[in-house]
Amino acid sequence: MTIHFRNETFRNDFTYANSPGNIPRFPFPFPEDEYMYSTNVEPHHATRAGSPFEHAFDVDEHYVSEMKDRALVLADDPGRCQALPHMETAAWDFVELVMVSKARDYPDLFELTIDGDRWHWINKPLQIDDTFVFGDSSTLPCHPMEYIGRQVQGDHAILDQRDGNLWMDAGIITAQADWSLDFDIGMNFFEWHAPVPLAHELGVFQRALKFLLSLPQGQPSRRLNWTLTVNPRLDTSPENYPKWGPDKLTVNPGNIGEKVHLRVELQTFWRLPRSNAILFPIRTYLMAMNEVVTQPKWGRRLHRVMRDLRPELVEYKGLSRYHPMLVDWLAQFDDGAPTSPGIFPD
Amino acid sequence: MSESLIEESILSRPKYGQLAIAPGLAHYFVADASGAECVIRVAQTAPKGFMEKVHILYVPTPGENALITALYALGAKRFEHVPTIDAAIARLGDWLSESKMGSQLYLAGTEGLIGRAVAKGEECGLDHTAVQCEHRGSLARRVQCVHCKTMIEKVTTQPVKCPSCDLLLLVRDHYSRRLAAFQGVCINAEDPTEEVEIREVFK
Amino acid sequence: MSASDHLIPVVVSRVVEVNSIIKRFEFKHIHGNELPAFSGGAHIVVEMLDGPTKRKNAYSLMSSPFDRDQYAISVRRDDNGRGGSKFMHEKVEPGMRMNISAPVNLFALDLRARKHLMIAGGIGITPFIAQMTQASSLGVPFELHYAARSASQAAYMDSLQDRFGDHVRCYCDDAGGGPDLTALLSDQPLGTHVYVCGPKGMIEAVVQTATDLGWPAAHIHFEHFLSPPVGKAFSVHLAKAGIDITVGPEQSLLEAIEASGTPVKCLCRGGACGQCETKVVTCDGDIAHNDHWLDDDQRASKQFIMPCVSRFSGKRLELDL
Repeated sequence: MTIHFRNETFRNDFTYANSPGNIPRFPFPFPEDEYMYSTNVEPHHATRAGSPFEHAFDVDEHYVSEMKDRALVLADDPGRCQALPHMETAAWDFVELVMVSKARDYPDLFELTIDGDRWHWINKPLQIDDTFVFGDSSTLPCHPMEYIGRQVQGDHAILDQRDGNLWMDAGIITAQADWSLDFDIGMNFFEWHAPVPLAHELGVFQRALKFLLSLPQGQPSRRLNWTLTVNPRLDTSPENYPKWGPDKLTVNPGNIGEKVHLRVELQTFWRLPRSNAILFPIRTYLMAMNEVVTQPKWGRRLHRVMRDLRPELVEYKGLSRYHPMLVDWLAQFDDGAPTSPGIFPD
Repeated sequence: MSESLIEESILSRPKYGQLAIAPGLAHYFVADASGAECVIRVAQTAPKGFMEKVHILYVPTPGENALITALYALGAKRFEHVPTIDAAIARLGDWLSESKMGSQLYLAGTEGLIGRAVAKGEECGLDHTAVQCEHRGSLARRVQCVHCKTMIEKVTTQPVKCPSCDLLLLVRDHYSRRLAAFQGVCINAEDPTEEVEIREVFK
Repeated sequence: MSASDHLIPVVVSRVVEVNSIIKRFEFKHIHGNELPAFSGGAHIVVEMLDGPTKRKNAYSLMSSPFDRDQYAISVRRDDNGRGGSKFMHEKVEPGMRMNISAPVNLFALDLRARKHLMIAGGIGITPFIAQMTQASSLGVPFELHYAARSASQAAYMDSLQDRFGDHVRCYCDDAGGGPDLTALLSDQPLGTHVYVCGPKGMIEAVVQTATDLGWPAAHIHFEHFLSPPVGKAFSVHLAKAGIDITVGPEQSLLEAIEASGTPVKCLCRGGACGQCETKVVTCDGDIAHNDHWLDDDQRASKQFIMPCVSRFSGKRLELDL
């Protein structure tokens, strides 16, 4: 398979865009015309060839540019990549999972040769060709989590399982929707989710935790989460809020189409074998409103979801400043016709 | 001094209880200011022989010696008072590095003292779930500026200006046990011209 | 969804009589593929096809977590049980094909521990063998105290002492008895975690002693080897599925539900982890709660049951499945 990798930016001049062919495969997060939280988890099997659900770790046309943006974030703020000392085994589990998966799913782009504990890894898009001893961090240029984290799209958190809970004890987090790894590292499942309104009362997190604690090896799961971002900016961290916060005031009815982006997180969950930890990839997909509405079903549905979104969620997801404007703009794409169930365009 | 007046909040905001004797081979009490009263209360109801297993560290309010005297009179195996929380935390680390499993840790006083002592306990191998905490006195907070990572001590206002990067920070209830601090995030990032009234709320 | 939904086909590569009551079984993948890596303390679920009966029993992996070519388990024969261990001892031979689950770990080492203190009784030694291999490779201090009835029943005692030397202390009941728990648990550096696996009485003694000495619950870990007990057959109505099932005398309620094709969550299959907790719609009779999960109020209410190990007698039981 050939992927033409785009050369684009997620900051400053924001040259990011989706190729027309890339639009219909977008993981549109709304299977129906209204939205409320749920523990909307399903098995992460290969489904729907060509979609982001086909492979374990989806690689798309934005791969190379995303990794460049990650490198810029880390150069500026190394605290976005941290691992507590006991998480080294888990980090190696992460290295193995990503390398084995990518070499299997994209053999034209990634190659992995294993000879005992000597591993040879080739990453063609990033022009990496390294050999190392599996499990021996001194044979890698940096911490194993950072090493592979710089080569895989999406933020990754590694959760230690103990005391009937999950603990965010390591992560490489450069494309987050407004949470700080440096602050949250060391917290348990309920603590790091503490700021989310409504969900705790609904028991969403209790059920999610129970599910994750029993996640077996070899049976990953996935779910979708979403928010909106102004400009195709990946780094919407609290650390840099003074940089991206002001973007919200630049939205006006004339530029909604190009400025407001639907930001979808494809979250997957994997049991790691040697550490018994859970790997939690958070893969972010961005699509401008103009691009979203090229699919009539999505245009209709997005209008309805946004129009009826609960105020607490509008507030929590940081949409307040431009939400009414967005609903008005989307109305033109909603003729009231019924929409088919499921997320993919007709 | 007043009893604790901490309001119900989000899950990550620590909640405190009342100190009560737990079974153990050694009992470490760390307190500041009016937290001493909690230690005295526990000691007064303790069974015979308890105080021989007790180690007390105290950070007094300058000039208030009555509580020092009262704590000393409890007859603990070891009693030290130090001038600052920094000194107390360092000393606690020394004591815990020599201690064994079966050590109970009891903390009483301000959130700043409690939070840092819990973090020190974890650092020394004492799980936070085993530490008892009772809040007394000031509600002033330790705040980490999420932007420049500066730790701001004894914050009493909402919002607070970061002394390092000058941003005006919303003092959130979201709390990190590891950092022993509440999170401070720029309150007017979207519109820096927005003026926000600064009020004394954490007393 | 559970580990035992996706089974790995293996062949029994070796069967070793360790002593008069314990046999070791070694498994390799039927195609010679690598078996999944795992963490010390993990177990596999072994599917046993005994004529018309399909049993699924959990056994701790004692082999090295770094050995991807084969797994090893040790099974203590128990003629009073429901026949699982008897089946393993009498019917399983080298060359036989079986199905096993991927490893599941409910008894993992706490990787933050400054020292791992392991206390084993009898066949409870098995998870520690894998854990010591792991701890040893991580370079973390560990200590095993292994008690058995007699030297002849103490599986692997000699080989463990050879491999791990000073890290291992052995005790035989017929030669002075087990470790002095109070002395042992009073003298551990802060940051030690204690792990116990063995007979129920031993587990209770360790947990109680540690708790009384002031160890936090988060530093005390234990695993019971609990098999579903046998009992009289009984019927159950599964309300959501709309079907009636019968649970055989040597079959667990969980196995009967699985055999009916009705989805049910489970994990440890031994009454400890809580995953299979099921709501009771109607109970006209008595539930024998054989688990370690439900609290007294929940049991008394008759509104909850742990199908992996509990049983029913009476007129009618309806479950919310």
